[in-house]
Amino acid sequence: MAAAATTGKQKWGWGTANTVAVALTLIPLLWIVSLSFKSPAAITDANPWPKYWTWSNYSGILKTSQFIRPLINSIGIGIIATIIAVLLASMAAYAVARLDFPGKRLLIGMALLIAMFPQISLVTPMFSIERSLGLFNTWPGLIIPYIAFGLPLGIYILSAFFREIPWELEKAAKMDGATPLQAFIRVIAPLAAPGMVTTAILVFLFCWNEFLFAISFTSTLTSRTAPAALAFFSGSSQFTSPTGPISAAAVVITIPIIIFVLFFQRRIVAGLTSGAVKG
Amino acid sequence: MADIVLDQVTKRFPDGALAVDKFSLEIADGEFVILVGPSGCGKSTTLNMIAGLEDITEGELRIGGKVVNNAAPKDRDIAMVFQSYALYPHMTVRENMGFALKLAKVPQATIDEKVNEAARVLDLTQHLDRKPANLSGGQRQRVAMGRAIVRDPSAFLMDEPLSNLDAKLRVQMRTEVSRLQRRLGTTTVYVTHDQTEAMTLGDRVAVMRGGVLQQVGSPQELYDRPDNLFVAGFIGSPAMNFMPATLEEGSLSTPLGAIPLTPRQRQALERANVGRQVIAGIRPENFEDAALVAADARQHGITFRTTIDVLESMGSDVFVYFAQERNQALDVAQLAELAQDSGRADTGASGETMVARLDTATRVREGQEAELWADTRSMHIFDPDTGTNLTTGAEPAVAAGAAT
Repeated sequence: MAAAATTGKQKWGWGTANTVAVALTLIPLLWIVSLSFKSPAAITDANPWPKYWTWSNYSGILKTSQFIRPLINSIGIGIIATIIAVLLASMAAYAVARLDFPGKRLLIGMALLIAMFPQISLVTPMFSIERSLGLFNTWPGLIIPYIAFGLPLGIYILSAFFREIPWELEKAAKMDGATPLQAFIRVIAPLAAPGMVTTAILVFLFCWNEFLFAISFTSTLTSRTAPAALAFFSGSSQFTSPTGPISAAAVVITIPIIIFVLFFQRRIVAGLTSGAVKG
Repeated sequence: MADIVLDQVTKRFPDGALAVDKFSLEIADGEFVILVGPSGCGKSTTLNMIAGLEDITEGELRIGGKVVNNAAPKDRDIAMVFQSYALYPHMTVRENMGFALKLAKVPQATIDEKVNEAARVLDLTQHLDRKPANLSGGQRQRVAMGRAIVRDPSAFLMDEPLSNLDAKLRVQMRTEVSRLQRRLGTTTVYVTHDQTEAMTLGDRVAVMRGGVLQQVGSPQELYDRPDNLFVAGFIGSPAMNFMPATLEEGSLSTPLGAIPLTPRQRQALERANVGRQVIAGIRPENFEDAALVAADARQHGITFRTTIDVLESMGSDVFVYFAQERNQALDVAQLAELAQDSGRADTGASGETMVARLDTATRVREGQEAELWADTRSMHIFDPDTGTNLTTGAEPAVAAGAAT
């Protein structure tokens, strides 16, 4: 019976730990949701739940181009950067997994280096570069650095996937008369599809949430993304703080992510673990 | 349909390792040739060079009279069956089999017709719309064969296609492969490390060792007249028994006793002009229980007494194992490699154990002393330094059972 007692204790221990962890992450989120439904006067009433529910914060932000336009920018920049990053990463990962070429270790090392580089140290030089190249405050001005930071992640995940695909399949495709490109597109890529989806999700999440570059390399609504736009919200007069609209906007931009993750949850987990076990 | 000619084909890997050394072989149109040898002997590399999956370092490869050294696999018009089958897991059986034709832009109606025909031949019709993951091992193997035959190529290459099947299915598929090849009459090169497959399937068998072609011939030729120790030890199951021997006047002194030499054997040894030390090889099939051998037949061999260690009754045959007393060890690279390949080196059993196949009528019992007889007319004598068979011209094996 000692064993049963231990498992009972363990259950309690894990249960408590999980509850604490979930509470720690959920409370700030719920607080923001609650704020987004409060009227401006009630924001500071320290009440955890709004007394009078109001949609005014939501209707306010959804009427102004201050939010709609950045939302479009976010979606556009995120999708373009994701597609290009996954395409490039799959080719690079394929080479890393299958070919032995001079400088392979260097390439992997560089990819790792980029992934670990503190972004803040790049902001100033990149700002100057983007200014002189005319990329400042444009979509490409954000898409290019996003691709650069999405690639290492993509190469790592995808090369693990490619390594798991038996090499004989490619030989078989060659024998069946496929060119290397046909073999890749018709045989290898479909099999690596779960890896590509995982990579796409993670790169898109990164682009969607990115704040530092978004706020540094944009100056107007033409290219500002949603997280950056939040920081520029103003109150209805200079004496009101825009807490309500910011909370509402934060909730709005979180919703697609939640849907996304719930929908692809199993894929992400499967993708990450299969990459981890055989990497 | 085409013949395949390998002319001094050599493969050297970038790290300098020599995988295949000056391999020359002419494979006639419609012939079924087996490449056999222990793992690492270069047989798969040779096959991959024919396929075009590996570059040829030196030498010339001709398919249907054309030099194809630098042709891409798709331009060689050959199909390959892989050990792992390499079926495309995301495609149905139908798509797997039609993939090559689709790439070749064959009209869909023709593809359907050819796939259906191949499926009918291979008994896969009811599985055409399933994915490989839902098929059994034997079915997958047949799909792999089907993928090769729908293309109607000029040659088939098979890389140990049966080694992933369980023993019973392997025997069944072996006959299937043989029948299919005869029916289609397509030139086939088949790689295996299993000497039984090699003996039963091929028109001709090519034995390889360490990247070097040892001997090519029909299965019976290889069995009766092996060129060297390696071929002698590799072909035949159970393997040939080897023992050290010393040449005396007109006879051969061996651990089994003095073996009288036939005139042919004596002539062959005189011609070869070797030293006194040689290696004698007798196949298990050439032994018999002395009690079952007629007195007048005994003169063709030697009779000796030994203690039976292990007796295995197979129903149709009885195999007995006995130790061979010897004062000198056989230290020949070719034999060491054979022992390595068969796993004998790992199990700790030394080459000193001899095996004999006896008639089921034998009264021999395990652990008891028995009198055995060996037909020495078909004995092989090898040069211990080079491994060369000195008695290649000796008479073909006489089945011991026939002497009773």
